[in-house]
Amino acid sequence: MKFTRREFVAGGVKAFTVGFAAPAFLSDLALATGATSRSLVVLYLSGGNDALSTTIPYTDPFYYSRRPTIAIPAGNVLQIGTDSSGKPIGLHPRLIGLRSIFDDGRLAIIQRTGYQNSSRSHFQGTDIWSTANPQNTIGAGWLGRYLDALPPPVDPLAGWSTLRDLPHALLADHTSVDAIPNPTGYTISSPNSGAEITRSRNGVAAIASHVPSERPHVAYVNGSVQSVLATFERVATVGTYVPTVGYAADGLSQGLRAVAGAIVRGVGTKVFWVQIGGFDTHASQGTNPNNGAYSTLMNTLNSAVTAFYNDLRNQGLLDSTMILQFSEFGRRISENGSAGTDHGAAAIMMAIGGSVRGGLYGTAANLNPGGNGGGTLENNGNDVTFETDFRSVYAQVIDNWLGANSASILGGNFRSPLVNFI
Amino acid sequence: MSEADKDRFPNGVPYRQVVDQLVSYAGETDVDSKVGQSGYMGITATGGFAPNTNITHARQRWLFRMVHSPSPLQERMALLWHHHFATGYNKIAGIYGASDAARMMDAKPGDDPARQMGQIELLRRNAFGSFAGMLLSIAQDPAMLVWLDGISNFKAKPQENFGRELMELFTIGVGEFAETDVYAAARVFTGWNLVRTGSGAATSYRFSFNPNQHDTDAKEFTFDVYGGAGSGRRPRASNVIPARDANSGLQDGLDLILALAYHPLTARRLARKFWTWFVSETEPATESFVNEVAGVYLSNRTSIRATLRAVLASSEFNDENRAFQRYAWPVEFVVRSLREIGYAGFSANDALTPLLNMGQVLYEPPDVAGWDLGLSWFTTGGMLARLNFASQLATNQRVVIRDASRAWSGSANSLVDFCYDRLSLPPATLDNQIALVDYALAGGAWTGSDAQLLIKAPGMIHILAGSSEYQLL
Repeated sequence: MKFTRREFVAGGVKAFTVGFAAPAFLSDLALATGATSRSLVVLYLSGGNDALSTTIPYTDPFYYSRRPTIAIPAGNVLQIGTDSSGKPIGLHPRLIGLRSIFDDGRLAIIQRTGYQNSSRSHFQGTDIWSTANPQNTIGAGWLGRYLDALPPPVDPLAGWSTLRDLPHALLADHTSVDAIPNPTGYTISSPNSGAEITRSRNGVAAIASHVPSERPHVAYVNGSVQSVLATFERVATVGTYVPTVGYAADGLSQGLRAVAGAIVRGVGTKVFWVQIGGFDTHASQGTNPNNGAYSTLMNTLNSAVTAFYNDLRNQGLLDSTMILQFSEFGRRISENGSAGTDHGAAAIMMAIGGSVRGGLYGTAANLNPGGNGGGTLENNGNDVTFETDFRSVYAQVIDNWLGANSASILGGNFRSPLVNFI
Repeated sequence: MSEADKDRFPNGVPYRQVVDQLVSYAGETDVDSKVGQSGYMGITATGGFAPNTNITHARQRWLFRMVHSPSPLQERMALLWHHHFATGYNKIAGIYGASDAARMMDAKPGDDPARQMGQIELLRRNAFGSFAGMLLSIAQDPAMLVWLDGISNFKAKPQENFGRELMELFTIGVGEFAETDVYAAARVFTGWNLVRTGSGAATSYRFSFNPNQHDTDAKEFTFDVYGGAGSGRRPRASNVIPARDANSGLQDGLDLILALAYHPLTARRLARKFWTWFVSETEPATESFVNEVAGVYLSNRTSIRATLRAVLASSEFNDENRAFQRYAWPVEFVVRSLREIGYAGFSANDALTPLLNMGQVLYEPPDVAGWDLGLSWFTTGGMLARLNFASQLATNQRVVIRDASRAWSGSANSLVDFCYDRLSLPPATLDNQIALVDYALAGGAWTGSDAQLLIKAPGMIHILAGSSEYQLL
């Protein structure tokens, strides 16, 4: 999240000096492929999700002894069965819609995902999840590398961030990615009216089309202007989308509403990014009260995802849509002195969609403080130890959903036979 | 340079004198008294302007100060430190309510019934002071104590949030400390909390040390806390803060803050930040610059004024080839636009939604690491917001622009010259000159009439202020 693209410029921007194809051509291209193509919607929980409060091992006595004030009573969890180790798991009580998606067999939960020596820094952790490289987090993100590998010319709408900024994961070397928080109003205004509007746009376009190769930092900014010019008319069609269900007013719900509109209108986007913050719950985590912080987060997550799921189901587009959820790290097993939890290690990932094989993947954490040895960060008894490399989940999505080659995009073979939810 | 700056720094004033004036001024100005007067940017405040207790009004007041302050560098530094110590209003408002949260963010003591000082006002007053002093003030600042959960840092279970970010973000940087240091730092700051004082309107929250909640055991770090430049009283190097009785426990935090402020890695990290903030974002800081600036910082007892002087006097800062190598932050872009295009009849309130769309809301950085700088501002949505703000302001100032352009009405080319002059841009490239002349002539031959100027002058200002050239400083 905190990646300034300075490094790109310093190294000489590779991208964006490539000319953009004519907007009309891109539009045709997008419309030709859009309606039938698959969409990936990345759902990022920012701040470090306390996965032990999302999927709860509600029969584990250590869960209660180590979380005396924030544990969720067994009677309140939404039971979803046992995992392959025989441990019963329940969802947070506010995840009612997700439970019914789970019951439909369309929600996969991959437990204990992470990597060795998990970073406790939000920013380093985010960069690692963004680049899929714990050793070097400089450069393009994993989704950016996927977009770069598409046959050119790549439409700037192939990736769409619903944030105001571009997440590091979508940062590409050769592809411009649109950041459109709100499709309504995504148009170029002018101080004048009538024919002058077009003349202004032509002026803007003419200046943006000059790409001084000796000044790549200017070229990049021009590339953003060109992307706007190439896409704003298509984006306007998304702004007029009328959903089949009601979406709440929060940012995540509105982001998913825009995504649903873009999918239904077939604007050609392959990867969307939606995000919800507030998961850095160091204090007063509020897992149990209805208006507690974490409980509210779960409610927002539940209502937004459920609305989106139902909307796409009603539109007949559920089978070609998949949500992939993750966070930069999980949180400590024991609660802290502020009725919260500090930065931890492994957590869950979720995949939701009409083509997802639902169920519980992997095994729940061993919460016994003395039960998993000592030494490394993961094994000091404070943390949920990782079992499944997060890149194995990425690999499954890249290979089996996006139809690309995960080994080349991730820089290694992370495929795992146990990660087979698609 | 805006018209106001030309008055302030007339031609012939030596550069050194300009720098002196810029870095010397710090303190309360009377700029707030100009709010509401004609000849200044407007504000919009239904129900009365209450910038100390209403965050939307506070945002307008800060923009107003940035446009009109006689001490612009002080406001700029306050903004840079706001990014460095990034604290968000919303989290505080969720706990203490909107009014107290706004006070904690930017109350001006002279206007506050309890003489509370907001965090940004603290940064403004310390803009050119010592970094060590500012770090200590920040560690005891009510907004920061809420933001990084210091208020729930208890002896029984220390809270790591502040201790971690103090090292990772405010001083030595990620990768330079161990997890054990985070835990030790959390224990150092146990007992640092807020206390509510006063009654009625004069209620406020202030820093207070609670010895009963302080962990009195020794704290061991992987780096020396004593023996460095900032710990004159304890010349012997040591990485252990000794066990102390609870009533002396506040000293733990003072020792750690001094050690971190004077840590050579902090000096180098700040030097690189100054490079990014003042010199260039298109190349990394040169080694000689970092050595020079970090050296000045340490040998001047972490003085920001001395450090800034060194930055502004450096050969790198004054290198013409490094001009226009920084990306304007949205706030910088908006303030520059207002100063150069015009503000008469424009309300600061009308810049707030555009700033949100550009990705920068004052008092609401996205997270504790501040804003994502550089090219990251220039997403399609962010760039579109800049283009559209340029349009909005050019529309609002169309008569002002028309009037000013009359002296340049001789030809389409001279209108282009007018726009470059008005926006303080380096000479136009041939490509841009042609593009803008084409725009001026689109729809009819050049006459230079008032009617034509009223359309084309603001139209061209929009195109140019929304172009990549204008996004660089």
